[in-house]
Amino acid sequence: MNKEILIIGGGIAGIQSALDLADMGIKVHLVEKLPSIGGKMAQLDKTFPTNDCAI
Amino acid sequence: MPEKRDEEIRIGVFICHCGSNIAGFLNMEELAEYAQTLPNVVFVQRNLYTCSEGGINEIKYGIKEQNLNRVVVASCTPRTHEPLFRISCAEAGLNPYLFEMVNIRDQCSWVHMQEQEDATTKAKVLIRMGVAKAALLEPQEPIISEVQTRALVIGGGLAGMTASLALAHRGYEVVLIEKESNLGGMLNQINKLGPTMTDAEELAERKIKAVSEHPNITIFTKSVITDVQGFIGKYQVDVETESGVKKIDIGVIVVATGGRTFVPEGLYGYDGRRVITQIEMESHLREGLDQDIKNVVMIQCVGSRNEERSYCSRICCQTAVKNAILIREQNPDARVSILYRDMQMYGVENEEMFRDSKAKGIRYINYDPAQPPKVDSKKVKVFHSLLGRNLELPADLVVLSTPLIAQEGAEVISQLLRVPIDENGFFLEGHVKLKPLDFATDGVFLCGSARFPANIRETVAQGLGSASRASIPLSKGSVVVEPIISVLADEEACRGCGLCVELCPYSALEIQHTEKGRKVHVIDVACKGCGICAATCYQHALSINSFTDEQIEAQLEAFLGSSVVS
Repeated sequence: MNKEILIIGGGIAGIQSALDLADMGIKVHLVEKLPSIGGKMAQLDKTFPTNDCAI
Repeated sequence: MPEKRDEEIRIGVFICHCGSNIAGFLNMEELAEYAQTLPNVVFVQRNLYTCSEGGINEIKYGIKEQNLNRVVVASCTPRTHEPLFRISCAEAGLNPYLFEMVNIRDQCSWVHMQEQEDATTKAKVLIRMGVAKAALLEPQEPIISEVQTRALVIGGGLAGMTASLALAHRGYEVVLIEKESNLGGMLNQINKLGPTMTDAEELAERKIKAVSEHPNITIFTKSVITDVQGFIGKYQVDVETESGVKKIDIGVIVVATGGRTFVPEGLYGYDGRRVITQIEMESHLREGLDQDIKNVVMIQCVGSRNEERSYCSRICCQTAVKNAILIREQNPDARVSILYRDMQMYGVENEEMFRDSKAKGIRYINYDPAQPPKVDSKKVKVFHSLLGRNLELPADLVVLSTPLIAQEGAEVISQLLRVPIDENGFFLEGHVKLKPLDFATDGVFLCGSARFPANIRETVAQGLGSASRASIPLSKGSVVVEPIISVLADEEACRGCGLCVELCPYSALEIQHTEKGRKVHVIDVACKGCGICAATCYQHALSINSFTDEQIEAQLEAFLGSSVVS
């Protein structure tokens, strides 16, 4: 079986999946329709309730 | 590691504007000119954003073209940006530990916005100190430790069984420990699972069969852990089983100890017969409801959202609505009223089930916690806060929705594993948002109601998620540990007194009997580099990499040495 994985969507869910899979030594292709990854998370300032900087 | 004293020290200083975060308040030109005058500094660069691709390329250019062998970045906080700058140094061929960061944003431009001249002077001093330390930095090599590819899962409920299966399917060995005599946990007490009304017993049996038959899973029931030594990849766990204590080598640990239902002794006339809890309602429904029961009243938030237990247990509203629907299915003439404070029905399916229950004639009555319902031998009296008057509801059966509370023994496990629990006794994850299934301690993970009351779907998702997270170190087969740790720099000086061993919060030190007598030994992979031991050692035998006495003294001298040029 081909040990490469395609992830559709480069928001926080896609990025976290990609990172975890890559950490397991699996090659990941992350596809995002917009020019940059980050999705909604990248548009947020702070995230409630801990007020972490979203970017 | 021997330092190459003969090597010419060539320091590059990169001063970040951070947009206007720093440059809006400090005199950047003056800072750059000043940095140029510092000893060993051969290259100074200002960047709009040092962390941007452009800024990173400047660092790489400096290392490659200017032959820099030390890099100082004066910018924001190392908490967020040190890893990035270190990697950038490494990518340009410089040992990443020959990098020093100076925080002129948080410590200068942010806190001294009103005193720009003094803030600039302070930034100069900080940069001078950083440069002085950088000159003495030594290269460090990451520490690599092997990982035992066997996982320990504590708790044989749905969360633990799901995590065990997911790990076993990946090919890892799993040791599953359950303190009761049967697997299944709370699932064994439940009738149907809402909102799909799946049979809980069937699910439990299927899962128990799967874990019992899986060749990679070893199950110990009626067993508890009694001792945990070691660290990620190399734990030694003592498991007290029916046939004595077993010592097992473990790589990673998943905590899936679940929760338990609060028993409302003394509340609303609870007697376990006419006034029961939702979990007792489950067994009534499983056995078939008495056809004489025509009037059922449920009371929400019993023993929760009060002073003693301030949290909302999240899943009791779903449970009440589900059981109300099932009561009507078994006794179609039964009147079911749910007395609530707020309905917690998150998620599309639950909302649908809630709407469906109203269509099926379940009555919802809002009550004010200041005027709680009163249960007597025939009726439940409640002040209807919307109608503004008292209602008397006949009740053959009163069902109290009580919260899930922390598992018995959670505190013992938290102490054994050195992981935190919150004020309610639930396990505390590493980060509410970014590490929901990890503990702050490497190699220990959590899932299910051990963390917080979770419904079936959340429990399964978290079981799978924690197995996935736990698989990362297992699949790598090794872990890389920060080399900024304690080292026995002066073996002769160590008298083996053991004071540092007592104080180490990570059990990273031990006394060994060597040819030269008692000496302390640092377990490098367990050490977090906190520095308590080095600060305590009155013989100055221990030292912390990248925070040596020599380096810190050089910083202090740079701070005190010359009067500040303004």
